[in-house]
Amino acid sequence: MLRIRNLTKVFNIGTINEQRVLSGLNLHISEGDFVTLIGGNGAGKSTLLNLIAGVYMPEGGEILLAGEDITKMPEYKRAAFLGRVFQDPMMGTAADMEIIENLAIANRRGKRRGLGWGVRKEEKLKFQESLKILDLGLEHRLNVKAGLLSGGQRQALALLMATIQKPKLLLLDEHTAALDPKTAVRVLELTEELVEKNKLTTLMVTHNMKDAIKYGNRLIMMDKGKIVYDVSGEEKKNLKVTDLLEKFEGFSDRMLLA
Amino acid sequence: MEGLLLSINSAVAQGVLWGIMTLGVYITYKILNYADLTVDGSFALGGAVSAILIILGWDPFLSLVIAFCSGLLAGVVTGVLHTKLKIPAILSGILSMIALYSINLTIMGGKANIALLGMETIFTKAQLILPAGFDKAMVSLSIGAVFVLAIMGILYWFFGTEIGALIRATGNNENMARAMGGNTDMMKILGLLLSNGLVALSGALVAQSQGYADVGMGTGTIVMGLAAVIIGEVLFGTRINYFLRMTSVVTGSVIYRIIIALVLRIGLKSSNLKLFTAIVVAMALSIPEIKAKFVKPKINLEKAE
Ligand SMILES: Nc1ncnc2c1ncn2[C@@H]1O[C@H](COP(=O)(O)OP(=O)(O)OP(=O)(O)O)[C@@H](O)[C@H]1O
Ligand SMILES: [Mg+2]
Repeated sequence: MLRIRNLTKVFNIGTINEQRVLSGLNLHISEGDFVTLIGGNGAGKSTLLNLIAGVYMPEGGEILLAGEDITKMPEYKRAAFLGRVFQDPMMGTAADMEIIENLAIANRRGKRRGLGWGVRKEEKLKFQESLKILDLGLEHRLNVKAGLLSGGQRQALALLMATIQKPKLLLLDEHTAALDPKTAVRVLELTEELVEKNKLTTLMVTHNMKDAIKYGNRLIMMDKGKIVYDVSGEEKKNLKVTDLLEKFEGFSDRMLLA
Repeated sequence: MEGLLLSINSAVAQGVLWGIMTLGVYITYKILNYADLTVDGSFALGGAVSAILIILGWDPFLSLVIAFCSGLLAGVVTGVLHTKLKIPAILSGILSMIALYSINLTIMGGKANIALLGMETIFTKAQLILPAGFDKAMVSLSIGAVFVLAIMGILYWFFGTEIGALIRATGNNENMARAMGGNTDMMKILGLLLSNGLVALSGALVAQSQGYADVGMGTGTIVMGLAAVIIGEVLFGTRINYFLRMTSVVTGSVIYRIIIALVLRIGLKSSNLKLFTAIVVAMALSIPEIKAKFVKPKINLEKAE
């Protein structure tokens, strides 16, 4: 589904602050994979996701999604194939717009927008059905502004928005890091539910090693812009946090225990 | 007393004509979240284009259409400067504004103003159709009201469409809009274009109603627009639907004109008018900050989890 070859990213090129964040990264993710990605601060995880999403352009290498070369495609165009949820709950929804308007915009991801109504009547039912899955009672609050929701509610809504049009790849960058522990668990369960229901190929960054082991079928560890550890299947299932910590110490002592 | 009524009458009429401009400012400032200074130039641009075309013998209504289109163009230039050439928002507007000053002078044949004395304008034309008892202010008001209502209707429809919703999302959360496949650069250009088109149209109408275009007629447009938007917000609040918000913006423009007419009557020198407006807007803009400092917010028990 996703094939990354020799991806290189250098920030502030040609200045004293020049920083090579990724140097020749290779990664292949198969359709239906749910990959968790861990690594210390500054390892390049967010940079990798931002390169996939087109927020930054790489200095070298290529990114293929479902066979199509998207390396140079502008961010808004490749958004057609990607669902994204950010760390900051404020970033995923438009605060001054109603829940139903937010969902309607999400429902048009990858579609041509014209002068038809921004929210169609028949969409309302679909949105209500989808919101029920969140189990937050939002299906009765369609006309409430998204800005009035709590961080957890907004993140759950953002998750729904990222998946309401099935993406080829779902990118989650520490999307529960800003939530309290209980809410974080709820949003993670929801993530798993939506991923399974829609059979989504997913790449999820987390700093929580337990979550990295518990969720998904494959685990990747990054350090200094390189993939340093990659496990899947039974081996991943049987991983212990202590195993990961050992690996970590081998590469870096920068990651905090979750 | 009669003099006061007369000046209020004409203030209301002016307020409605300028209200079209404030709708334009509302689009950039409130919907796109973009303080666009182009409007100072595009307001005068509209006046200049309309006046010169009338002098050249064009139909006054057609001159409005061309003035509107010239404003669209000015908006596109600012939009491209900002989105494609990555010039900061404020600076893009300033650059367009400055450039427009020269362009407007050129359009006006190098003269600082063009009088429309004895020329046919949409107001003189309307005077022939409207009841005989209508004075100048009433004619201006009638025409202004027709334009404002039509424009509010169109804007209400437009911002409810898919593209309109995307423009609103872009102003609200650009990141989200782009992640949802929105071409946010294009949406900003669209918003700026629409806004400046309306501002130019407003300038053209004002020029026709006052009987002249002046190269300096746009100075302070952005500040007056903001004043009107803020007055509207203070009176109507922000928790109202889009149609009412637009109504509040136009009402704000009318009230602003009435205030100006009143302070002038009280004895404020007209040369101090811009200073007065600046102070009023500065105070209005700082209300949230002052409130936050001195007024303890009430805790909303319902919202706390
Ligand atoms: N826009 C940018 N400009 C310059 N340097 C950047 C930029 N974005 C990231 N970096 C640098 O790239 C390196 C990798 O950052 P990145 O955000 O990808 O790390 P991360 O693995 O996501 O870390 P964290 O766990 O803290 O989120 C960091 O050293 C950071 O300073
Ligand atoms: Mg990160």
